[in-house]
Amino acid sequence: MSDEQEHAGSEALTETLSWPERYRELAEKAKDPRLKAFYEAGCVAPETPVKDVPFVAVDFETTGLDPDKHSIVSIGVVPFTLGRVQLGGSRHWLVKPQLPLHQTSITIHGITHTDIGKAPDLEEVLDEVLESLAGRIPVVHYRSIERPFLNMALKWRIGEEICFPVMDTMAIEAHLHPNRKLTWWQKLKGQQPVSIRLGDSRLRYGLPHYPPHNALVDALASAELLMAQIQHHFSPETPIRDLWL
Amino acid sequence: MQAELIEIRNHLAQHAPFDEMPEELLDRIVSDIEIAYFRAGTDILKLGERNAYLYYVRSGAVEIYRRSGELYNRITEGEIFGQFGLLMNKTVRFPAKAIEDSLIYLIPDEIFQYLWENDDNFTDFVEIEDHSRLRSALSRREKSNQPMTARVTRLISREPVMAPNTVRLQEAARIMTDQGVSALLLMDENGDSPRLSGIITDRDLRTRALCEALPSETPISDIMTDDLITTNSSSFIFEAMLTMLHNNIHHLPVMDGDKVRGVIALSDIVKHESQSSLYLVSNIYHQQDVKGLKRLSKEVPNTFVRMVREDANSHMIGSAMAGIGRSFSQRLLELGEEKLGPPPIPYCFMALGSMARDEQLVVTDQDNAMVLDDSFDPAQHDEYFLALAKFVSDGLAECGYTYCTGDIMATNQKWRQPLRVWKEYFADWIENPKAEALLNSNIFFDLDGIYGRTEYTEELKTLIAERASNSQRFLAMLARNALNRTPPLGFFRTFVMEESGKQAKTFNLKRRGTAPVSDLIRVHALARGSRAQNTFNRLKAIGETKLIPEDGVDNLRDAFEFIAIVRIRHQALAIEAGREPDNNVRPEDLSPFERSHLKDAFQVVSQAQKFLKFRYHAQVGRNV
Repeated sequence: MSDEQEHAGSEALTETLSWPERYRELAEKAKDPRLKAFYEAGCVAPETPVKDVPFVAVDFETTGLDPDKHSIVSIGVVPFTLGRVQLGGSRHWLVKPQLPLHQTSITIHGITHTDIGKAPDLEEVLDEVLESLAGRIPVVHYRSIERPFLNMALKWRIGEEICFPVMDTMAIEAHLHPNRKLTWWQKLKGQQPVSIRLGDSRLRYGLPHYPPHNALVDALASAELLMAQIQHHFSPETPIRDLWL
Repeated sequence: MQAELIEIRNHLAQHAPFDEMPEELLDRIVSDIEIAYFRAGTDILKLGERNAYLYYVRSGAVEIYRRSGELYNRITEGEIFGQFGLLMNKTVRFPAKAIEDSLIYLIPDEIFQYLWENDDNFTDFVEIEDHSRLRSALSRREKSNQPMTARVTRLISREPVMAPNTVRLQEAARIMTDQGVSALLLMDENGDSPRLSGIITDRDLRTRALCEALPSETPISDIMTDDLITTNSSSFIFEAMLTMLHNNIHHLPVMDGDKVRGVIALSDIVKHESQSSLYLVSNIYHQQDVKGLKRLSKEVPNTFVRMVREDANSHMIGSAMAGIGRSFSQRLLELGEEKLGPPPIPYCFMALGSMARDEQLVVTDQDNAMVLDDSFDPAQHDEYFLALAKFVSDGLAECGYTYCTGDIMATNQKWRQPLRVWKEYFADWIENPKAEALLNSNIFFDLDGIYGRTEYTEELKTLIAERASNSQRFLAMLARNALNRTPPLGFFRTFVMEESGKQAKTFNLKRRGTAPVSDLIRVHALARGSRAQNTFNRLKAIGETKLIPEDGVDNLRDAFEFIAIVRIRHQALAIEAGREPDNNVRPEDLSPFERSHLKDAFQVVSQAQKFLKFRYHAQVGRNV
């Protein structure tokens, strides 16, 4: 599923219904009590200033990039507001993927078959995961992973889909650096294109280097990145509707 | 704590006071940490605000201010702040502001109080940060890991990378690339053993080779730097730092006699000493106008206090403060030349007095002069040099170096003269000494060229060294003047105080303490024909002769150090307390330890003055 496809559905709906209204509607329709509880926790009004929005940074490590073929291996969540990250509320789960681990993804996130052997199925921790997201706006770096993977995982397990708005710190960087393709002349001069990867983006804001590819650390990294982005480029009064996707 | 947060725990574990805590305790701290981000320029803590966190800088830099708004401290990665407020009543006592984009870990008060009550190491650390650290500093021994007392050899991390000075340009570049170094030492291999003959750096390759499009076969000896500045393996890191800043070089070979021990780079020092005077000095050279320099000068007292806290001795502090003063002067001269255009003829800007002696403290006026090239034509050139002198002098005054009340400044036409006139001045002072005139020109016998053709000053030093030792009348007169100020020996029985108004119950540690010592040591040094300017270096030179008895030299050195360090601490305490630092000490301010040692020190000075009188036939009150 491409980014555009993933996105098109939700955008068509937002035109008619706002996110809080959709949550109410979906809460009624949802059959699974866990999903119902997630929607019932509600969604902030679109005009809420970002400084007042409860966020939760979310990161998944997966066996690959395609939600149709690959599975979630680990989940990290870090609740925060623009003022503070609360490390005490952070959580991390290892879950057993439905599909075999690919050798290449092992080398990226360092999770091995042994780790996975003891891990529960996502189904078993779904209540905890959804609870950690409830009432908060998820923040991700690159929106084409967490939302579609979670959606697919739910479809498989409970036969229902999930949708929610996200803040995408990578999309914000992409917006700030629109001309990332180099001209032939810049290439000739050996210029490097601006990187909007998580670690590279953080450097632009004086944020420290964290070792990448652990779901919890990456979630923390994107939480801090959003704090920095808002302070540098937006006002804390910016309504959330201008930034969520 | 989530095991995944080990990264945060490890960062804490690398920094005091967390570095000695058990892992379980660190885990507990990490679980309760909150994180905040502050963009450069934003307030973190405001005076009087409620605060219930200890702040830990994960990245960036933060400045802490006094109530008065004056800078108190600069905090960087791995350091904490906010503890004063937590110990008082959870109210901010020292406001804090991010000066770089900063990521801060906040440790809740509950944890802070727990650590405070249960972890002695933590309690000591936080307490020592308080003023008590300063007060107890005098009696504490120098620690080998203190930045001010560490030797350069600590920064040498690898064997020196060397090549014969006969290699070609491209080969030199290849060796540097292969070895991953930014400087290559070039050795003359003609003698019995290889001898260091030059150095080439990345910057040299760029500016001297690439910019000039030199062929790759160019002999490296054509472009290497061969008038090498090096340092000795026994020198202090701070001395190496001053040498680099003084000469504007970034690489410094460290020598053991003729043998090269290694090379240290300015960046090594920056890494080693993140909060040193270096930060200040290197910033001076980045300022683009007097306003910027003025702003920076507000940090000088802070740097001074920090060195005192780090147990630097008076020589280090005096050199660092003089180095800072020189840097301000040098930058002002550069800015002046930018503004007025290049000088029409060569000149040398000369520092006099305490700056030349490397014995500057925080309370100081400016003493300077200009030595112009002998082609000087007043009608044609003086307008320029007057304007430049005025620019520098006004700039220094802006930066807290007040105008010299005796008008010993380059703005005074008398002290803005060509080299030949300066030679006449010195010849006249030495060969036709008059007590009164010498009293005023004492200061010119501590001189240092700090900008431009410093060799002019060297010529003057040579003249002084050659002639002064041969003029008994001059030495006698100088000795006589050196006896005008006596140490306050009666101080400890019936207090002998300065008599004038405001400071009636005090005595002046400069006038009656350090100055008499440097005065009398100057006489001996000139008699010996020494070119040294610093009092300790002069003492060393004197020690090599039989001018004064051997233990006399040691005693004088100890006495001078002790008086100087009491004076320095007195000033640091005043700065700490938010008062204007001065040299006037009230007896009740001194600890019993200081009193008893000061008494000994003054006795040494008094003995030395008696010896000076005898040695140079200097009778106070009449000419000889």
